Amino acid sequence: MDLSIAALLAQDGITNGAIYALLALALVMVFAVTRVILVPSGELLTIGALTLAAFDQGHVPGTVRLVAGAAVLAGVIEAVRRARRGEWRRALAGAALWAGIPLALAALAAWMGPRKLPLAAEVAMALALTGALGPLTWKIVFEPIADASVLVLLIVAVAVHFVLTGLALYFFGAEGSRTPPFSSASFDIGALRVSVQSLLVLATSALAIAALALFFGRTLYGKALHATSVNRLGARLCGISPDFAGALSFALAAVLCAFCGVLIGPITTLYYDSGFIISLKGFVGAIIGGLASYPLAAAGSLFVGLIEAFSSFWASAYKEVIVFTLIIPVLLWRSLVTHHHEEDE
Amino acid sequence: MKRGLNVALAVAIAAAASAARADITIGVTLSATGPAASLGIPERNTFELLPQSIDGQKINWVILDDASDTTKAVTNTRKLITEDKADVIIGSTVTPNSLAMVDVVADAKLPMISMAASGRIVDPSNPRTYWVFKTPQSDTLMADAIAVSMKANGVRTMGYIGFADAYGESWLAEMRNSLKTAGIEIVAAEKYNRNDTSVTGQVLKLIAAHPDAILIGASGTPAATPQKELVARGYKGKIYQTHGVANADFLRVVGKDGNGTLLPSGPMLVYEQLPDSNPLKKSDATYVTQYEKRFGTRSTFGGHAWDAWQLLAQAIPKALAKAKPGTPEFRAALRDGLETANVVGVHGVFVMTPHDHNGLDNRGRVMVKIEDGKWVLQK
Repeated sequence: MDLSIAALLAQDGITNGAIYALLALALVMVFAVTRVILVPSGELLTIGALTLAAFDQGHVPGTVRLVAGAAVLAGVIEAVRRARRGEWRRALAGAALWAGIPLALAALAAWMGPRKLPLAAEVAMALALTGALGPLTWKIVFEPIADASVLVLLIVAVAVHFVLTGLALYFFGAEGSRTPPFSSASFDIGALRVSVQSLLVLATSALAIAALALFFGRTLYGKALHATSVNRLGARLCGISPDFAGALSFALAAVLCAFCGVLIGPITTLYYDSGFIISLKGFVGAIIGGLASYPLAAAGSLFVGLIEAFSSFWASAYKEVIVFTLIIPVLLWRSLVTHHHEEDE
Repeated sequence: MKRGLNVALAVAIAAAASAARADITIGVTLSATGPAASLGIPERNTFELLPQSIDGQKINWVILDDASDTTKAVTNTRKLITEDKADVIIGSTVTPNSLAMVDVVADAKLPMISMAASGRIVDPSNPRTYWVFKTPQSDTLMADAIAVSMKANGVRTMGYIGFADAYGESWLAEMRNSLKTAGIEIVAAEKYNRNDTSVTGQVLKLIAAHPDAILIGASGTPAATPQKELVARGYKGKIYQTHGVANADFLRVVGKDGNGTLLPSGPMLVYEQLPDSNPLKKSDATYVTQYEKRFGTRSTFGGHAWDAWQLLAQAIPKALAKAKPGTPEFRAALRDGLETANVVGVHGVFVMTPHDHNGLDNRGRVMVKIEDGKWVLQK
């Protein structure tokens, strides 16, 4: 291995690590606010990328039907829940809100499908459409069991992962797709060829991390989410609705995951079931951050990306083994240094 | 009114009587979901094109999905045998599943036709394969085609990158054998996973070994990942793929980076370019037009399912002459019929013998080059 190869591998590792970092942020955020480990984050990633790929090929993406179906279901659930409590007017409003907005999005996407709009519009639509799946999943699956134990929530999240994988196979087919790159340009720094696309991945990841930090530190909604994650009961007493916080965090996480898909789509071929292994690596990163610290999770994810790149060079057959074995010393170290506090259940 | 009732009753009795006369039951287990879904789905589509009766005898098709999972394939096979009383099993899509099913059908004594590639499924030295047949070309046949083509192109050293699973391993093993006879040396062998987001490390290592040609031992669209990386890193040698990439989705994903790639394939991929004298041209046209009318672009994997039926269509009438469906005698007669089958399929001419339960020869393979998103037959 000479320096130029090491530099290429480092570039590759950091690009992938940046994607894992975004996923890790989504995982940490959702876990902090709702105690759900967002196992289906990988599926949201692939759905985001495959939606963009469908737009690019001039099809109406399968996501349109997926979102429409979920929207109707969520609308009915909301209406029934409100109606049971006798809040008839709110039942109507809730159903209109939960079914109406996603349905409108889906209709707009269906209209956009065959028309070749500029890439930016397609990206925005893919993000919005996949983003809608987040709160819909929250509404349909997690809200009714929001107070269950972490273990129950985890198992349900695994179930959602399998359901979404199956739906993705149905809606997008078994074969993979690539999305168009934002830029196919590249330039040379010494012996190192740097592609603009990978720089874009890095820059947008950094931007997204900064935006999240601002959101949590400076805005009212961000502070509400943060408050819920610190103390659910206390937040409720202060007038923050945990249901609203859950839906908001799922929406943010889904958009983040879809964004990862859009970033990684031009670099690699994505399949209906690609997401899981990618999200697992984001999860390793999040674990390094103790599922609590955003900067540590981001650093951990970069580390995972680098380890992956270098082990693919030295021992390609054992790459995944090396990456996932990493979690054992990390867990050991975390269990030794962190102060344990039992969750009261 | 009363008369109508009588007619209805008569029809019902007739229906009951014909049900009592045993139908032929064909049990199918294939991988329509899971990692092998892109192979299993065209196979499942193909079964929808197949007839519901033969020689006036009704056929019960029982088609199950094994989700590319070995355990599920075995469970499906047992279910097809005990609950559905299958006379013959077709499946599964992939090699590990098919290998696991061999023992089950050998114990139950009924014929099985696999749609998976490995030659081990019908290894004549294994007595358990007495009941087992398969339609796809063996890796050996295809690996040999690549070795011949490499030698003709003056290749002396080869690099290999393949799946870190049974498919990639068995291709590497086959290539080692075929290349030895051709006098070509393997200078680097790397592994990657179907879902890997990046293969930069492996590709850099391959290029550093300066091979004259690189073979990518992978199937479907995942095979495009190393190819695109090789082109992006400026590899100038020849790139070979296996017949696992012979579908339209691969062309779509690999795009212009696929230009000049060589691969062996079943003739049906490029049947329009075959000379009219080739006996396969007609059978390929029949299948591909039917398939493309209903399901879109052809997939060579669907062809394996079609060929399995072509073998049965020849063996079933012979077996019907000897015994009634649903009996052990019928199943044994069906096996004997398959072992003596001589059929022009879509992937080649099947000449079955007791020592060769695949029956394909050089007519079952052609070399194909990718040129501007099209498959071009190499003479």
